[in-house]
Amino acid sequence: MSDFLYFFTFQDSSIAFVVIGITLLGIGSAYVGTYSFLDKKALLGDAISHAVLPGICLGFMLAGEKNPIYIVTGAFLSGALATFLTSWLKSNTRLSDDAIIASILSIFFGFGVVLLTVIQKSGNPEMAGLNQFIFGNAIAILEEDLYIYGGLAILIIITLTAFRKEFSMLVFNADFGKSIGYPMGAIRLVFNVLMILAVVIGIQAIGVVLMAALLIAPGAAARFWTDKLGKLLLIAGAFSAVSGILGTYVSFVIPQMPTGPWVVVFLSLFAFASFLFAPKKGVLSRFIARRYYLKKTHQDHLLKLIYHGLESGKNSFAIEEIYESFPYRKRQTKHTIDELLKTNLLTLNQGLIDFTSKGKSEAKRIVRLHRLWELYLNEYMNIAPDHVHDSAEKLEHILTPELEALLENRLNYPKLDPHQEAIPRDNDEL
Amino acid sequence: MSFDQNAFLIIITASIISISCGLLGVFMMLRKMSMTGDAISHAVLPGIVIGFFVSGSQRGLEVIIGAGILGILATLIIDWLKNKAKVQLDASIGITFTLLFAIGIILINMLAYKVDLDQECVLYGEIAYLPIDLWITKAGFSMGPRITYLAVLNLVLVSGFIFLLYKELTLTSFDENFGLVIGLPAGAINLALMSMVSYTTVSSFEAVGAILVVALLVVPPATAFLWTKKLTSLIKLTCALGIFIAIAGYYMAYLVDSSIAGMMVAVAGVIFLGSAFVKSIKPNWIFGTSSSIKPLEN
Repeated sequence: MSDFLYFFTFQDSSIAFVVIGITLLGIGSAYVGTYSFLDKKALLGDAISHAVLPGICLGFMLAGEKNPIYIVTGAFLSGALATFLTSWLKSNTRLSDDAIIASILSIFFGFGVVLLTVIQKSGNPEMAGLNQFIFGNAIAILEEDLYIYGGLAILIIITLTAFRKEFSMLVFNADFGKSIGYPMGAIRLVFNVLMILAVVIGIQAIGVVLMAALLIAPGAAARFWTDKLGKLLLIAGAFSAVSGILGTYVSFVIPQMPTGPWVVVFLSLFAFASFLFAPKKGVLSRFIARRYYLKKTHQDHLLKLIYHGLESGKNSFAIEEIYESFPYRKRQTKHTIDELLKTNLLTLNQGLIDFTSKGKSEAKRIVRLHRLWELYLNEYMNIAPDHVHDSAEKLEHILTPELEALLENRLNYPKLDPHQEAIPRDNDEL
Repeated sequence: MSFDQNAFLIIITASIISISCGLLGVFMMLRKMSMTGDAISHAVLPGIVIGFFVSGSQRGLEVIIGAGILGILATLIIDWLKNKAKVQLDASIGITFTLLFAIGIILINMLAYKVDLDQECVLYGEIAYLPIDLWITKAGFSMGPRITYLAVLNLVLVSGFIFLLYKELTLTSFDENFGLVIGLPAGAINLALMSMVSYTTVSSFEAVGAILVVALLVVPPATAFLWTKKLTSLIKLTCALGIFIAIAGYYMAYLVDSSIAGMMVAVAGVIFLGSAFVKSIKPNWIFGTSSSIKPLEN
């Protein structure tokens, strides 16, 4: 607990610096990552983040120490080379995207490992600092590093915000942008530069192997909460910043623990929670909505069945007869009848089912919608009467009262549908 | 250079590993699942650590079982995210493997004092120690390097798998729906392939490391793909490349004194990029594509 207070009250200025740093770079990578996620190029970030390793090693070899400027430059250059090679291979060979990305990723990483072992065997005492780049160590961010990494993160955030229109055009419809005269090539170049910069600063905290998570997970998780780009970026940034701070806290409490994996675990928790529980798009709410819809359609069909029976002059409906009309679905049918009895749409009297007045008007409404839609298709769409039933069978469940009024108006309150059956109104008698 | 028994053993083992990886990689590439292979090879890490912890040694069967389970689990999570949660495929892959890999690293750090397994060994492997890591029978008789036996067993299983299911694998790789129509269990074949990939990753990780296995899975088939259009020659070329990479990688690593596995990948990379350059559809020396045509002026 004292650790907790010590960490989150920022008594130690170096902790404040670390938290500011990780928040900035988390938000920066989440912003870039969200755009590349929308561009369906999420794994390019993975390739870039593996590909900066040789650059880091070369920068280290040239500087002879852990100099942030050499390392950032080296990382940037090798990231840029990887990005260029990826797009070159894509346009010049018949290899598929995933093969290209996986090849570039592993080749660059292989080079990086070679350089890393060379440095290891050279016995440079500064070597220990280099290992942080593999798994990240946010606690080791020093004040002077922070100015570089934080400054770059702010640069990324500002550029993406200022040119939001251009970048959203790039990811949503680049061809349109080109046709109205935007320099899409240059915009893509700037975007790739930003992406590489985001990776370069992100690896400080999270490491090359796991950097992909910081780019992909926030955007993917936020996508489940909103359809608006502005909100999407804000939510993604928030997920990423919170996970970054939590991850840093864990590696502060347990010193030998690298930051990266914990940041990824927290991010994935947010992501999986969003996938499961987000309203509307989450697995759970879609499951519930589907269940509700299936239940509703079965109720509607059952009411319609009884109504059709009444229309053809049948007066009593035994419950067993209704079961037989829906073969192999007895349990569901029983459940639906119970539900309808409970909501007071049907009555059950000595094994015979009958409408209540409320149930009758509900059944009329469904049949009316069905027949109105059939008529509409027939009159306005010129679809033959024997082809309109299937569509009406689906739409009868979802037509709203407003649409119903519109249809009635358009069709001039018709009496008969294309099959010469009466369209029932509320006060009609059967 | 005189005949060096250790060098010979290392090269043989490395060739065997890269052939097994390449054989599987061909089918992964044809199914456009190279990145799934990448994801699996990252995702087996927690399985390796848990198996290690349970069995107390890296020789245990538990390690292979643990990694196999995790590899299949990763495939299933990716499928679930894609089909049920409707996350786009690349993001599902990215999220799944980073999470599992992160859990693996955390487990290694938590159990660091209990198991003899450090993250560098898992990540990069070290094939140079192969000649001293001997399989010694209970009677104290040395049978030779243990990893070579693992690699041979792996190659036998992988080539057996591919030999037996060659027709099914080919068919489902090129046209999965047709396979389903004529009654092939495409899903099961896919899972079997993924399990083979996980098993190969585990049995090779000590030698080449969890990340470089990906390179052996992906790069030789991709290189061969640039040179041929026939499946059989694709497979043959991949195997030949695997052997060449092992030989060249060993001697290059010997020259600059660095990681053999890393150097193998570097050699593979040079060959890959060279082939892409030679076989590129249109050589393009200028950054970007052709200059835009100026609009007509009146």
